Amino acid sequence: MTRIRTIPRRPYENVAVAVPVSIPYVRYSVESAHWWIARALGELTKRAGLAPADIDGLSVSSFTLSPDTAVGLTQHLGLSPRWLDNIPMGGASGVVALRRAARAVEAGDATIVACVGGDANQVDSFRKLLSSFSRFAQDASYPYGYGGPNGSFALLTDHYMRHFGARREDFGKICVDQRTNALGYPHAIMKKPLTMEDYLGARAIADPIHLFDCVMPCAGSEAFLVTTLDIARDLGLPHARLAATIERHNAFADDPIQMRGGWAMDVDELYAMAGMAPDDIDLVETYDDYPVIVMMQFEDLGFCKKGEGPDFVRSHSFTNDGSFPQNTSGGQLSAGQAGAGGGYLGLVEALRQVTQTALSKQVPDARTALVSGFGMINYDRGLCSGAAILEGVAP
Amino acid sequence: MTDPIVRPPKKDPQKVTRPPELPPLQRSRAALAMSAAASRGAFELQCCKACGAWMYPARDACPRCLSVDLAWKPAPDGGEVIAETTIRTTVDLYFRQRTPWRVAMVRLDCGPSVVCHLHGDVEVPGRVRMTAQLDKGGNAVIMALPAKRTPNMADDPEFRELTASPKHRRVLVTDGRTAVGQAVVEALVNAGAALVFVGIAEPWKPYPGEDRLKAHENVQTFALDLTDTTSVQDLAGEIGGKTDILINTADHVRPGGILSAPGMITAKDSFDVNVFGLQRLAQAFGPGMVGRGADGTNSAAAFLDVLPVYALANTPDFGIHSATAAARLSMLQCLRSEMRAGGVRVMSVFTGPIEDDWRQPVPPPKVAPAQIARAVIAALEGGIEDSFVGDVAKDVATRFRQDAKVLERELGA
Repeated sequence: MTRIRTIPRRPYENVAVAVPVSIPYVRYSVESAHWWIARALGELTKRAGLAPADIDGLSVSSFTLSPDTAVGLTQHLGLSPRWLDNIPMGGASGVVALRRAARAVEAGDATIVACVGGDANQVDSFRKLLSSFSRFAQDASYPYGYGGPNGSFALLTDHYMRHFGARREDFGKICVDQRTNALGYPHAIMKKPLTMEDYLGARAIADPIHLFDCVMPCAGSEAFLVTTLDIARDLGLPHARLAATIERHNAFADDPIQMRGGWAMDVDELYAMAGMAPDDIDLVETYDDYPVIVMMQFEDLGFCKKGEGPDFVRSHSFTNDGSFPQNTSGGQLSAGQAGAGGGYLGLVEALRQVTQTALSKQVPDARTALVSGFGMINYDRGLCSGAAILEGVAP
Repeated sequence: MTDPIVRPPKKDPQKVTRPPELPPLQRSRAALAMSAAASRGAFELQCCKACGAWMYPARDACPRCLSVDLAWKPAPDGGEVIAETTIRTTVDLYFRQRTPWRVAMVRLDCGPSVVCHLHGDVEVPGRVRMTAQLDKGGNAVIMALPAKRTPNMADDPEFRELTASPKHRRVLVTDGRTAVGQAVVEALVNAGAALVFVGIAEPWKPYPGEDRLKAHENVQTFALDLTDTTSVQDLAGEIGGKTDILINTADHVRPGGILSAPGMITAKDSFDVNVFGLQRLAQAFGPGMVGRGADGTNSAAAFLDVLPVYALANTPDFGIHSATAAARLSMLQCLRSEMRAGGVRVMSVFTGPIEDDWRQPVPPPKVAPAQIARAVIAALEGGIEDSFVGDVAKDVATRFRQDAKVLERELGA
C-alpha cells in the first residue's frame, strides 16, 4: 500500500479567544437547554458589545436539545450564522469547538464565532440521558448493573490502582484541592470545604469510586468567543492567543482497558506547535469527571511519565496558589457538571485566568494555560480527547 | 465458596411482594444474535469472515478491516479478569432491587474486552470461564464464572438471576401418569425442589409407578385434567400462588397423518390436550407467576414445556401429532413474550420419539424418560430456553437451522 505523507499542521497565527461566560449552575432546573444556551449567548454578546446579528459563526454542544440540533437553535434564537457546528463530544466539546472555530476564523469562513455548551437538568433527565447514550452502552454496558459512568470509571480506577499503585488518598488529594479552589469560585455548586477524612469516609458508589469521586450533574451553560487577534483588540476585549491544539478519537483501541487517553498519541505535537514545554505552562485545566482521569492526564500530557501519576500527585499541591495550579475553579468535581457545559468549564476558566479576570482566586502571573478535554464513554472507555494551549495577550 | 441459599421461611402475607422489574431490555438488532445463541446455551461472538478478528460488542462491520461479512460462531470461553467493581448505586429499578452487584472487565483469550457480571467466587486478577445466559428480560448477558467449579457456585445471587434452578422452589408437573412425568418428578426431588405438585388425570384409575410417586415426602398429587378448564382453574386456585415452576409433560400422541388417519375425533383430542391444555395451564397459572417473578429465593421462575421436536417440521407418520406440536410451539412463543413482564422464563425441551407404547413402530434411537428428566433439570439449572434431548431431536434441530425447507423434504420423503 502507498504510504501517505502526513501534511504538516499550520500553526495558528491569528486566533483570539475571548469573553469567558459562565451562567451559574443549578442542581435541578425546569428550564430547557435552549434557555440555558440563550442566556450564555445573550451574556456573550452583551459583554462583547455586539449585537446577536454580529455572530456569523455558531458552535453548539448539548445533550438535551433533542429533538433540535444547532440548526433548530438558529431559528429558535433568531441567529443567521454563515458557519454552524454541532459537536456531540461531551467533555471534549470545548476544545474541539475551539479547534474548528479557529480554523473557520483563519480561513475567513466566519468572523465572530460563538462557542457554547450547556444542558438542562430536570428531575430524572440524567436517567433518561443515560438510557439513550450509545448503542454499545445499551447492548453491552447498561445490562451489567447499570452503573452508568460510575460503573465504567470504577473499572478503570480499579485497574489503574492495581497496576500503578495509586491509593484512594491520591485521588482524594486531587478532590480536596479542587474543592479548595471551588470555595473561591462564586458559581461553584459545592460550597462546603472537603477534608481528606470526608473524602475517605464517604459512601461507596461503585467500588473503588466513592461519593466525592463523582461529579454532580446540574443545569448550566458556558461560552466563549473566537475571532482574530486584531478584532479582539479593536473590540477592546481581554483575550488569549490560541497557541496549539490536538484532538484524537478511539485511541489505543487494543489496550485491554483504558490506561491512557488519546493525548499520549499527540502530546509532542501539542507542545511543538506551541513552541513550549510542560514547564512553560502556568496552570492546567484537566477534564475531571473522575479523579483517575485527572491522574492519567498528568501522565499523558507530559507532566510525568506513565505510571508516575500517583507520585506526581503526592509531590504537588493543586490549589490556585499551589505548586501545580489545576482546575482552578474547582473542576466539575466541585463546580458541577452541566452536561456538555462540563466540556467547556476548564476552557472558560483558563481564559479568565490568563486574561487576569479570574472569578476564582487568580493564579499569580498566569500567562499560559493547558486545557484538556475528554469525553464519551461509548462502551468501556472515553473515546474523545483533546487539548489546547492558551496564552494571555497583554492588553 | 458461595454461601448456600437456604429454604425461605413461609411468606408473611402482610408483606409487599417485590414487583418484578426487568433489566434493561433494549438491544440493537445485531446483539439479538447473541441472545439466540444463549437461548441454546451457546457462547457465541462475532468473527470477521474476511480477517478472522473476534469482536464485541455486537457490530455491523469489522473494526479491524471494515468488512461487513461477519459471522456468529462459538467462541473460546476463557479469559482473564483485569478489573472489578461492585455497583451500589444505580438509577435502574431492576438493579436497585439487587445491589450490591459485582461487575468485571474481562480480557477474552480471543481478544476483545468484555464488561460482564462477575461470580462471587472469582478472584481478581484471575482466570475465568465465560458464559452467555439469558437475563430476566430474555436478552443474552455475559457472566464470568470461576475457571474451576467451586462449592455451591449455582447459588451465587447473580447467577441465580440467570437460571430457573429448582432448588428450594415449588414445581408443578402436569402429567404424573406417564413415565416421563414420573422421571421428571424424581429428578426435581433430587435437584432440591422444595415441593413437587403432580397432576393426575382421572386419579381414581390406578397407574404404573403410582406407589413410588406417592412415596416421596415432598411430592403431592392433585386431580388435573388438561381438557377441562374448570379442573385446571381449580388446581390453580389451590396451588397457583405457590407454583414457582410449571412443567408440562402432557402429550397426547397417536400415529397418523391427515389422509392416513381420516376423521376429526383423534385430532381434536390431541389438540385439546397438547395445544388447548397448554393454553388452559398458561391462562390459569400465568398471571400469578408473572406477579411473583421477583418474589425472593422461591420466586416464580419458569414455565417449561416438553414437546416433540416435530414442532419444527412435520413428520407425516405422526402428522397430526406434529401439527399439535407446531401449534404448541407457537403458543409458547406468544407466552414467552407475555410472561416476560414478570421475568418468568418460557422454556422448551424438544424431544425426539419417546420409548413408549404408541411409538413402537418408530425405529431407534429413541429417548428414555430419564434422559428427558435430565434435560429438564439441565434447562432449569442452566437457564436454557431451547434444549434438544436425544440424538433425533439434536439432528432435527441442526437440519432446521441449516434449511427448514430441506428438512421438510427429508422428513416427508
